Amino acid sequence: MENGTQTAVFYILSGLIVGSAFMVVSLKNIFHSALFLVLCFFSVAGIYILLSAEFVAAVQVLIYVGAITVLLIFAIMLTAQLYSPSIRQSNEQVIPGIIIVGTLLIVTLSVLRRTSWRISTQGIEGQSTVSIGKSLLTTYVLPFEVVSLVLIAALIGAIIIARRE
Amino acid sequence: MLPYSWLIPCFPLLSFALIIFFTIKKPRLSSLVSIGAVALSFLFSFIVLVTVLGNPVTSEFKINWLDLPGFKVEAGMLIDPLTAVMLMVVTIVSMLVQIYSVGYMAGDSRFSRYFSFLSLFTFSMLGLVLSNNFFEIFIFWELVGLTSYLLIGFWFEKKTASDAGKKAFITTRTGDLAFLVGIFLLTTTVGTLNFQEAFHQVESGAISSTLLTLSAILIFGGAVGKSAQFPLHVWLPDAMEGPTPVSALIHAATMVAAGVYLVARLMSIYALSVPASLVVAIIGAFTAFLAASIALVQNDIKRVLAYSTISQLGYMIMALGLGGYTAGTFHLMTHASFKALLFLGAGSVIHSMHTNDIWEMGGLYLKMRTTAITFILGSLSLAGIFPLSGFWSKDEILLLALNKSPIFALVGLAVAFMTAFYMFRLCFIAFYGKARDQHKFEHAHESPKVMTVPLVILAFLSVFAGWVGIPWLSKGYSTFVYHHEVHHLEPNFILMLVATFVALSGIYLAYVIYYKGTISAERLKNRFSSIHKLLYNKYYFDELYNAIIIRPLFKLADFLFKKFDLGVIDWLVNAAGNFTVFLSWFWELFDTYVVDGAVNGLGYVVRGTGAGIRKVQTGQLQNYAFVIFFGIVLIILLKIF
Amino acid sequence: MPSLYHYLSLSALLFCIGIFGALTRRNAIGILMAIELLFNAVNINFVAFARFIDPQAIVGQVFTIFVITIAAAEAAVGLAIIILIYRQHKGVDVDKVNIMKW
Repeated sequence: MENGTQTAVFYILSGLIVGSAFMVVSLKNIFHSALFLVLCFFSVAGIYILLSAEFVAAVQVLIYVGAITVLLIFAIMLTAQLYSPSIRQSNEQVIPGIIIVGTLLIVTLSVLRRTSWRISTQGIEGQSTVSIGKSLLTTYVLPFEVVSLVLIAALIGAIIIARRE
Repeated sequence: MLPYSWLIPCFPLLSFALIIFFTIKKPRLSSLVSIGAVALSFLFSFIVLVTVLGNPVTSEFKINWLDLPGFKVEAGMLIDPLTAVMLMVVTIVSMLVQIYSVGYMAGDSRFSRYFSFLSLFTFSMLGLVLSNNFFEIFIFWELVGLTSYLLIGFWFEKKTASDAGKKAFITTRTGDLAFLVGIFLLTTTVGTLNFQEAFHQVESGAISSTLLTLSAILIFGGAVGKSAQFPLHVWLPDAMEGPTPVSALIHAATMVAAGVYLVARLMSIYALSVPASLVVAIIGAFTAFLAASIALVQNDIKRVLAYSTISQLGYMIMALGLGGYTAGTFHLMTHASFKALLFLGAGSVIHSMHTNDIWEMGGLYLKMRTTAITFILGSLSLAGIFPLSGFWSKDEILLLALNKSPIFALVGLAVAFMTAFYMFRLCFIAFYGKARDQHKFEHAHESPKVMTVPLVILAFLSVFAGWVGIPWLSKGYSTFVYHHEVHHLEPNFILMLVATFVALSGIYLAYVIYYKGTISAERLKNRFSSIHKLLYNKYYFDELYNAIIIRPLFKLADFLFKKFDLGVIDWLVNAAGNFTVFLSWFWELFDTYVVDGAVNGLGYVVRGTGAGIRKVQTGQLQNYAFVIFFGIVLIILLKIF
Repeated sequence: MPSLYHYLSLSALLFCIGIFGALTRRNAIGILMAIELLFNAVNINFVAFARFIDPQAIVGQVFTIFVITIAAAEAAVGLAIIILIYRQHKGVDVDKVNIMKW
């Protein structure tokens, strides 16, 4: 892609992300929040592609959009009747929240501004998917296995917790 | 091996703890534990002796115990040939006495406790022997005194026994007070508690000769008490109220030798003070003579032996006072073997006859052959008959006395004569002649093996232990245990002959009077009735002390009680009580109004503050998260600005 | 072409929105969604660093995979807890779940 196109795509995606994320945290209807969350996740996947991380983008779509959001919507439907008043949600402590979050944002941005990063000029060679696959089964095989155990534990834990006695 | 010598006293200590805490209900097991522990100590002591024999140097092992500015107390061991010999003496006698006690004390209701005390005593004695400084030796010195007290009064139901225990304790305490003062005087002057450092300081002249003499004599006071020397000898004969094996172990072979050991250990100090050593020698010689003369007429078998012990200890002290480090400790060693034998033999007789009075015995040779033979061997050794142990050590002391000052040699010969006489008076009355108490005679029997085997071993030692000190040996006791340099005295044949003649004549006199009856003992007694009375009543020492010390003390105490306690102290106490009542009334008011007010006020403040602050605790996680993020922002701000 | 700074700023913005949500939402599921936003912000950081700091080693991407996995596990357990809370309190409003207060 051209540099110009890249920049344009970046800004569009960023706008989508920030906008939908804002909707997620501010909408009254929680079901709508969940839908905006899907949009946000899609846009993040786009950002990953822009950063030439195709595999991560694919995983993002599969796990976040495909699994987690569906899970969230299930939870919403289990805990509230759609279109019932209880699906409404409210925000509280908005003003102090804005103050703290605003300060944090300013502070973070200024820190980012001050830091000088060791930027590498090298480009990415070949497919990142191949190298991720290789390193997951060689260098990071132990964390990989551990994570699989964590998943099993979470699975069983979730079942145990949500089970009716 | 030597650095592990601290284990030697630890075995009996462990056994003491084991018996007291675990096996007190199982007498047989207790005795096994105790004997096993002392056997281990014996084994280790033997290894130490062999090591020191191979390399006769003085080794010291110590750790800092208390390290205060300007004052340092160490815990340590000093191992030299003298220590090695003493370790052997203590462990051998202790082991044999404990084995013997299994028979002697059989059936006693406090059998286990008896063995625990013996273990504790052995621990204390071994610790005393191994000590490398004044502080440590004083601790063990007192521990030894304590166990002696416990064992003398072991049969405390008997009033005479508990009284004897108290008497021994108080009398030796008198000496210990002097000992303590002497230690203070010496150690504060030289600035160290450690023996070797102190000797070094003394030898380099860090202390004036007057102070040195004074502290040496005061320290000797401790030895006088422990070793029952004049004028503190009165406790030892009474201590015979304890079980006989205890008398053998503590009041013949080991504890009473502690005084002798102390003087020997501090030889470097006494060697530098002529007046102090003279005092030591005179006290020793005087005691030897005094006690031997009392022993001539006593009728209680154990008391004869007790006075004999005092007399022999006087002999050793005299030798040390004359500078005879080797001679004194050599006699200590041989004396330990034959005096332990004699006491255990006497115990065997008492065990079988149930009496201490020699005039109720007689003809026992027929009934108790092993006891009789070993007892007579011990007597011969004590009398100093060639070639038994006692001959060599006594000869060594006499030779030394002759070289230093003939008066002491004369006293020594006189004591040797009396010793031979009273020992064989005992032997002839108890073991020969006809049975005086037919009933008891018929019930007499030889003691069990567990008692006779230690007798035989001790008899063996009584005969041969002294051979290590035969003066013609090129390498013997005198080249092993010596102070600074070997003092080799030329053996004197004439002296040997004279000494033997004196001893034999003592025995002959006893033979003539008590066996043949050629000279009637009754007539002699009547002829010299005043002297006999004096001797029989032990020169009235007890009565004298009673009159000049104890009675006045009682009177003073009585007077103080009546006048001072009832009059002054009670009045003061009552006044103080009334004053306290008044004060407490006052303070009660203060408490009610001031203190309670303050306390309640504080309570109100705390409660109010709590009520206000508790509102912050909403129980809402998000509120807490707010605070957390606020904190994070603050931290970042602090970091970047 | 957007630089590292751009991506990091985007991530910071997303992170702040996520925190805002987590702090202000009263519905437990809403809080969970906000937390997912936080994860995404972090992941963008990782991938951006992987791209710009050391493109040869893809450590950042591998780590992102792990984070996504853990996020899935977290969502599962979290939603199970929410279901439990719903059964206990007949609602998922965290204001009513204040058993920490005494």
